Amino acid sequence: MLARLMAMHSRRAWLAFALAALVALVVVPALNLAVPAGLPLRLPDYLVPLLGKFLCYALVALAMDMVWGFTGILSLGHGVFFALGGYAMGMHLMRVMSGEGHYRSQLPDFMVFLNWQELPWFWQGLDQFWLAALVILLLPGCAALVFGFFAFRSRIKGVYFSIITQATTFALMLLFFRNETGLGGNNGLTDFKRLLGFSLSTPATKLGLYLTTALVLLLSYLACRYIVTSKLGRLLRAIRDGESRLLFLGYDVLRYKLFVWTFSAFLCGIAGALYVPQVGIINPSELHPANSIEMAIWVAVGGRGSLVGGVLGAFLVNGAKSWFTVAWPELWLFFLAALFIGTTMFLPRGLAGLKDLLPRARRGDTTEVTR
Amino acid sequence: MSASPTAVQDEAGRVSLTARRFPILYVQAVSVSFDGFQALDNLNLNIQDGGIHCIIGPNGAGKTTLLDVITGKTRADAGTVFYKPLGSISQLSEAQIARGGIGRKFQRPTVFENHSVFENLEMALKCDKGLRHSLFATLRPEERERIQEVLGIIGLGDQAGRLAGGLAHGQKQWLEIGMLLAQEPQMLLLDEPVAGMTPAEIEHTIGLLHSLAASRTVVVVEHDMEFVHSIAQRVTVLHEGRVIADGDMDQVQSHPKVIEVYLGDQ
Repeated sequence: MLARLMAMHSRRAWLAFALAALVALVVVPALNLAVPAGLPLRLPDYLVPLLGKFLCYALVALAMDMVWGFTGILSLGHGVFFALGGYAMGMHLMRVMSGEGHYRSQLPDFMVFLNWQELPWFWQGLDQFWLAALVILLLPGCAALVFGFFAFRSRIKGVYFSIITQATTFALMLLFFRNETGLGGNNGLTDFKRLLGFSLSTPATKLGLYLTTALVLLLSYLACRYIVTSKLGRLLRAIRDGESRLLFLGYDVLRYKLFVWTFSAFLCGIAGALYVPQVGIINPSELHPANSIEMAIWVAVGGRGSLVGGVLGAFLVNGAKSWFTVAWPELWLFFLAALFIGTTMFLPRGLAGLKDLLPRARRGDTTEVTR
Repeated sequence: MSASPTAVQDEAGRVSLTARRFPILYVQAVSVSFDGFQALDNLNLNIQDGGIHCIIGPNGAGKTTLLDVITGKTRADAGTVFYKPLGSISQLSEAQIARGGIGRKFQRPTVFENHSVFENLEMALKCDKGLRHSLFATLRPEERERIQEVLGIIGLGDQAGRLAGGLAHGQKQWLEIGMLLAQEPQMLLLDEPVAGMTPAEIEHTIGLLHSLAASRTVVVVEHDMEFVHSIAQRVTVLHEGRVIADGDMDQVQSHPKVIEVYLGDQ
């Protein structure tokens, strides 16, 4: 088993992984805590939750890459799973601050505003962290399992599948916008106070959330890497390239697709749950189709089918977004479009494809010489 | 020669004391239509265990549809397919039928181009095809040996690490046959296995088919008569979704209906 785990990466790739883990778990906190304020190397407090947010997006990109890059299933509705995890966390955060809202009511503020007298059934018990955690871990996956079962059993593929996922996220967005749905409507859930007793406004809690997210991302990456380097990973790529052929080799393709689809939704839900306390709000805009499309763009820019590419893409695109929306907000969408068209035309394998260009050029040189 | 459906059923029930060989597969009164086009019309056919059985017929005769029905790709509107190890297979999925021992090679070579030759064989290899096994198990030494053995048989021993997409057309065809070998089916269905091959490649393929047929039943769908002549032990001629002749090559070739159909087409 250990040998199998070691074989997930080459020696050099393991070194790179260890380096990335070191930067994420040690260097970043050290730059924030140990370097005195005012020095240029100091990582300001406000950047910590921003990095944490990017890590959540990177986790989503991993999840997208598993279904799209490896299995060839393009989901344009992964925002659904992200939002389900996020709302579950948001509901928990609302419940643990009951009595401390604007109206000092036991109910969340928006319910008081709507003149509701009691908590709807699906809010019950969410003040317990263990139950909220269970919902976060199970609900997105279960939703994906049900959706996937019907879609994959009917052999819905390609662009039809993408359109259905997009329609689903749009329909859910409309549902979540309604006040009657009982999830805060337009405004969503916000004004959170604390998680597990830690105040969300202190830098220490923010750093803790960042570290948790980094750790989850690193572990998820290893899990994904384990899957894609197993025979199952080779079968997933075979589904992408020739699904029907695989059926005639005796594989139940439906189960394999359901597995990767559900696993992907599971990761997305966790990402959403980690995102909400760091950003401080969850509202139906997370379900907007444009958000889900952006998730696909992260992976396209970073490079499909490489895992690392998606993570890089999430950081690059969102880093650019943070910068652009401050510097030239009106130019951001043009830049995003240019980035997407540019990578599709000139870098079909994304940023991760760049890595292969160098060694290949070198290899090309040596064959020239030997000739 | 071709037994009536009821006689066939009896034969299977009594495990053949009288018949020379008993059928491994029989297709009983199967009809399939697509948008009003009758692809198979109350078709009856039995395939005996062992040897090479060729199914020929002009374009549109229903040859590929017949393979689709047997392998579960297409559901028959009426009729049943019986396969000795499993019984009726008309309601089973493609994957279940494949696991039950019916292998199929398609007209176009369909290997996984972005996987190496070795990985193609690994995926085809007969083993537990379940999710958990695929996620956790690694190749056992005897499985590795089996893959090496297949690589030798199909003549790709030195190409194991190469991407299948980089192989020549004929090599892809052999790789696909190799995948079927690794799958260890009891019955092998081949759809035009020599289409687009050079004469030398055809020669090699004929050799492969004979060695395949030594331990299993091979069914070949083909319209190249010369090729059929060189391999077939039994021939069934389809025309417009029906069997019009069934027997050995000489019997079939002298059959007046067959001559009419083949000459009439030209």
